[in-house]
Amino acid sequence: MDNLQSYLIISTILFSLGLFGVMTRRNGVAVLMGIELILNAASLNFVAFNRFGGMRELDGQVFGIFIIVLAAAEAAVALAIIINLFKNHETVNIDSADQMKG
Amino acid sequence: MAEVAFIIVAAITLASAFFVVFSPKLMYSGVALFFTLFGVAGLYVFLYADFLAATQIMVYVGGIMVLILFGIMLTNKIASTDLRQTNRGRFMAGLGAFILFLFMAYIALTAQWHTGSPQLLDATVAKLGLLILYQYLLPFEVASILLLAALIGAALLSRKK
Repeated sequence: MDNLQSYLIISTILFSLGLFGVMTRRNGVAVLMGIELILNAASLNFVAFNRFGGMRELDGQVFGIFIIVLAAAEAAVALAIIINLFKNHETVNIDSADQMKG
Repeated sequence: MAEVAFIIVAAITLASAFFVVFSPKLMYSGVALFFTLFGVAGLYVFLYADFLAATQIMVYVGGIMVLILFGIMLTNKIASTDLRQTNRGRFMAGLGAFILFLFMAYIALTAQWHTGSPQLLDATVAKLGLLILYQYLLPFEVASILLLAALIGAALLSRKK
């Protein structure tokens, strides 16, 4: 189990589940949860390749830290937008935010 | 022994990720995401990334998770509890996601990855600190500016008119 392929399969399943959640959920917060799953899958890939890819340095783990920083910033801004949407439209269904649709 | 622990952690991660995506109640999804993030932190421990595992628990579980739970509770109407949670394109989306999963799993299992002997490290914090402050100094500073911009933007978006 301690090989590259098992981690790649785990992160592939996480990515596919996150993608399905982003495409099908109507609630904005649930879409945000799918994005978190996708970001975690990418970070897991970076760290797994860093360990098993024959590297001497820890560059993959640095990328994992930057992914966590980006996820924190993204979650804060996205939740501010969703709460504003709820205040203005009384809904968090992102399909109903279509005022700019032609 | 380590194999059994790895399988248990991976099973918890994947099962709770399934629950995040397919649970009809949003609050249950949020609690399941909590276990998924903990499971990914456990996988980081198996990959000898101790600092990253601690960061994952502190930032994700302590910060982002609380933000998401607050977001669920602040945007919840009592009348909207039994609404459909998925949109009309879920069959096509499921088919597309499944085909993409098969494609990526095929690549992951059959490609000739460039692998060496696995790194065996005792502590990663000193090495990571040197990397961030020498080789990755510019991305580090850009990330700090990004965090400041996100802070100001979120405060501006959520203040009262």
